[in-house]
Formats: sequence, structure tokens, C-alpha cells
Amino acid sequence: MTYLLRRLAFYLFTAWAALTINFFIPRMIPGDPVKSLISRYQGQLSTDAIKSLYVLFGLDSHDSIWDQYVDYWKQLFHGDLGLSFTAFPAPVSDMIGDALPWTLALVGITTLVSFALGTGLGVLAGWRRGSWMDGLLPATTFLSSVPYFWLGLVAIAVLAGPGSFFPSSGGYEPGLVPALDTIFLGSAVQHSLLPAATILISSMSGWILSMRNMMVTVAAEDYITVAHAKGLPERRVALNYAARNALLPNVAGFALSLGFIVGGTLLVEIVFSYPGLGFLLFRAVGAKDYPLMQGIFLVITFSVLVANLLADVAYLLLDPRTRKEG
Amino acid sequence: MSEPVLEIRKLCVDYGLGDEAVHAVRDVDLTLHRGEVLGLAGESGSGKSTLAYGLTRLLPPPGVISGGEVIYHPVDGPPVDVLSLSPARLRDFRWAETSIVFQGAMNSLNPVHKVSTQLLDVIRAHEPGTTRAARLARARDLLRLVGIAADRLDSYPHQLSGGMRQRVMIAMALALEPQVVIMDEPTTALDVVMQRQILGQLAELRERLGFAVLFITHDLSLLVEFSDRIAIMYGGRIVEEAPAGELYRRALHPYTDGLLHSFPALRGPRRELTGIPGSPPDLRAMPTGCAFHPRCPRAFTPCDAELPLLGPPGDDDPGRAVACWLHPAAAAVPR
Repeated sequence: MTYLLRRLAFYLFTAWAALTINFFIPRMIPGDPVKSLISRYQGQLSTDAIKSLYVLFGLDSHDSIWDQYVDYWKQLFHGDLGLSFTAFPAPVSDMIGDALPWTLALVGITTLVSFALGTGLGVLAGWRRGSWMDGLLPATTFLSSVPYFWLGLVAIAVLAGPGSFFPSSGGYEPGLVPALDTIFLGSAVQHSLLPAATILISSMSGWILSMRNMMVTVAAEDYITVAHAKGLPERRVALNYAARNALLPNVAGFALSLGFIVGGTLLVEIVFSYPGLGFLLFRAVGAKDYPLMQGIFLVITFSVLVANLLADVAYLLLDPRTRKEG
Repeated sequence: MSEPVLEIRKLCVDYGLGDEAVHAVRDVDLTLHRGEVLGLAGESGSGKSTLAYGLTRLLPPPGVISGGEVIYHPVDGPPVDVLSLSPARLRDFRWAETSIVFQGAMNSLNPVHKVSTQLLDVIRAHEPGTTRAARLARARDLLRLVGIAADRLDSYPHQLSGGMRQRVMIAMALALEPQVVIMDEPTTALDVVMQRQILGQLAELRERLGFAVLFITHDLSLLVEFSDRIAIMYGGRIVEEAPAGELYRRALHPYTDGLLHSFPALRGPRRELTGIPGSPPDLRAMPTGCAFHPRCPRAFTPCDAELPLLGPPGDDDPGRAVACWLHPAAAAVPR
């Protein structure tokens, strides 16, 4: 328990550091949002308009940096991440709120499925070492080294196109109103098939490889020989003795990848113009939309931290050796 | 002497296949009688552990059994050849009839499961009819048998000391009251005090439960006092076999003699410590004739040309066998 509290304190500190950095970085970048708006409207803004913009963005005050910092924290606790420049005056929190479910659904589900499938196949391949499954390993190595945006591009070129079942971009049929009905959900699923498949194919092979290798390592341990000598059923030796131990390193990797779900598989979302967080970040960077970028980074930071915390808890549950004290 | 419980006949174990194969165990004949302690000693690489893995069919690849038989005599029922058991029969045979205590006391227990889980699962696998409460009671008794408090059942392996872990393994080995317990250097990783304690306990348990022990070690001094009979292995073959006391008093094979002179006697007359010059043979390039002849202080004409076979020595010694040209009655056996 003390261990978990210590970890929690550590993550709180990390979160504070990340937020503080998030506060200072935009202030160190030359220029400000109003100037970039001015340049966007190419001098068509009146002085009054400019002045009111400064007020709107909260850049009019000549508060000390400390006061600004305190305000920043106050805003954060109200869930206020500021206003977007590009979709002005939409609040950043709303934009993120719109994009997040798409990413969570697509990348979240594919990550879970790919971990479960990959680990399962890895256990099989590692346990039946020397069988035909070893023949699949070069293929998985190849697939795991293929960047998935490239796989996505190939998938679009080959499978999508006019008249194809697979749409090449977007999250749902243009013209549909997002609602929880069958037509919209069906369209969303149809749009997610290709991106999901590309993510699955390229990320699953990594899990297969690492799990298989851990299985092979663990299978040489003495306690596996003992388990065989005990005359336990093959399945029990494979799952309770070998896989149970081989899983430990993979769990850490899985928790990390959970953290990156929110960041979205940026490139896949770009390739498929998928309305998730990754695509939003891409557009924010393109438009120099600092508040939006800041907000997205914040969300990603938090999800990575939470995922790490989950990894710690999972480890604590799975490996008794980490539970040092009662 | 009582009836045999485990007979090893002409067992050969290779690592690898074809011409590249290394013959780690060759033509080993060994009989374990009911309730006795048979010591198996030899240098590292002499094939002791390979023999143990071979006769339980636990050889990791690329090890293969290339010949021979391992006949097990159950208490009731006809003898069975362990090497030709079907996988399901083999699983039933393992642990229930022949259990093993391995060398690595530290790594023999699964680190992520409690001691109780690992004790109970073997009982459940072999006696699926028992209730959990009955199994738990048995596990408690087993731990008490080896002198560990029953509340240790809830411990994880990393919470136990090395000696405790090995005692847990011994308790586990006795869980199904097997006829044969194979011990592969069970005390090597422990300090001498712990070694003593565990061996004493083991002798006591054997007295009480009456199982036979195949005790494998490189430490001949341990065997001399602990076992009934001793077999000496060199280069994958048994080179001498004799009752422990006789072997200690009068070794026939020069290699045994060398082994006996590499540790000091605590009682009795002082002996000179000599050791054995040279190093163990390379299994990939075994010397011709007797494998020991390049290191043997008493090698003579036939030693480097012809292989002496294991057999009773010329003089009137029942229950002894040796493979050495110095005792030609044995060597005369082939043909």
C-alpha cells in the first residue's frame, strides 16, 4: 500500500511538472495568438477589434507571471482549456471532447484486441516452438516493421475508392447527423474497418513477437521442468506456469500503449482523415493553434500518467515479488 | 537384497541427432531396489543429470533417448516401460510414482504462485476426487513433515530462504507418496549446515515412508554416509558400483579411488589427498578404449584400445561391479 501511495505521489508530481511546462512553453514562443489572427485577416481588423481580441484571449492584463500561473491553475480546475484560434471562438475542451470518443473507440478497441490476440498467439507460438507457427514469425517481423501509415495508404489505394465498400476517409458518412441510431453507428463502423485493420495488422505482430520470445525464455526455467515432472496437464503448465510468468513484461508494454491510445495513432488518423484526437492535433499544428495543441498535449500527458499508474497496479496484482511489504 | 523398483537397462541418451550427436549417457545399467538409497556420483559432465532427465523423459531438446529401457515395478500390477508410456499415462506416472527434487532450489518454485497453490495443484492433478479441504490438510501435513510451519503455505517462494524452498520441494516430492524420489544435487546450492539438516531429515523420512532414492551428486563424501549403494559415472558410463561401505574401504576403479582421495576423512586414519590430474573427457571426442585411461595413473596395455565393460570383479565380491582392465574378470564379459 505504501508503495502505491509513493507511486501516486510521484505521478502527482509528474503531472504538476507537465502542467507547469505546458504553461510556460507557449509564453516562451515568440508571437501571440492575436498577432497570428491579425496576419490571418491580413490587416482587415480594426484597432478596436484587436484590442477586444486581446481581452478575449486574456492577454490584455499586465499581471505578473505568477498571477497568470495561478489563474492558469484556476482555469484548469474549471475544465477551461481556453479558446481555439482556428475554430475561434470554440472552447478547446469542447473540441477535444468531440474528438476523443472517436479515438477512444477506434484505437482503444484495436489496442485491446491486438494485445489480446497477439499475446494469445504469442503464447501458442512460444509453447509450440518448432511447429509450423514458427514459419509465421518472419511474416510478423515484416509486418511489425512496416509503418502503419504506409499500410494505411496501401489499404486505401487497393481497397478503397469509388464504388468500394470501404470509405477512404472520415469517421462517418458526410451528411449524417451523429446520433446513437443504427444508421449512424453502422456508418461509423464501416468507416473504422480499414483504419482498425491496418492498426491491428501492424501492432499485433509486435505483441506476438515479444510474447513468443518471453515464452521461450520462461519455458527454459526450472519451475517449468518441475511442472512437467509433476505430471500436470499440458494446458496448466502452459498457462499457469509459463504464460503467467511470460506475461509480466508484456503487461508493462500494454499499459504504456494504453497511454498512447489517446494520442491516437496520429498517422493512421491523418491517412484516413479520421475525426479523432490525432487528426485534431495534426490540424492544430498545421494552423499553429497553440491553445488546442496545449489542450491535446495535456490530455495525452494525463492519459499516459494514468496508464502508468494502471501498469503499477497491474504489476502489483500479478507479481507478488513487487509486494515487498505486507 | 529386496526386489527392484526401477531398472535402467542399456539406457543411451544423445544430444543432437546423426553424426553430430554427443553421447552423454551410454549403455547405462542400473537397478534401484525398493526402499534403498542409491548414490550416483561423478564429475560435472559425466552424464549424471542427463541420466535422471532421461529416465523421467524430461530431457530438454536436443536431448534424445537413443536406446534402452526403464522398467518401473509398481507395488501392485505388472512392470511398465517408462520410455514407451503414452503421454497421458506418462503424466499419471510422473510424481505419483517417481518424483524429482531438482538442483536449483531457488528456481524450482513458480515465483508468482503461493506455496499452497503449487502443492495443491499436483495433488489435484493426480487425485481429482479429493476435496480442497482434504488437499489443504495434506499440504499442511507435508510441510510439517519437513519441519516448516503450516502458515508458510500462504507464502510466496521469494519470501522463503533457500533451505526452506528446498524443503518445500522435498515436501512436494513426497506429496503423492511415490515409490521413487530422484534427487538431482538437492543440496548443492545450500550451505553445509543446511545440507546436513536436510539430509538428516531425508534419511528420517525415508525410514518412515520407505521410498527409494536415487541421489545424484558430485560430492562422494556425502554419499558415503548417506547411501546404501553407490554408482560412479565417468564419461557417460557407470564405471563402478558397490555397497557404500565397501566402495569407501576398497575402491576398485582408479577413478573411484581418485574421487575418494579428493576429500579428507573426518574419522579413521589420515589419508593423503591427491585428487585426479587432468580434466573430464570431451564428450565430442572421447578417448578410445577406457575413457579414463589418459588420466589413469595405472593405465596399461589394453586400456587405450579396448573398452572394459561393467561386470563383477574377479574376486569373491557379491553385489559389486566395475569396468576396469585391472579387474579382468569384469572385462572378460564381452563377446
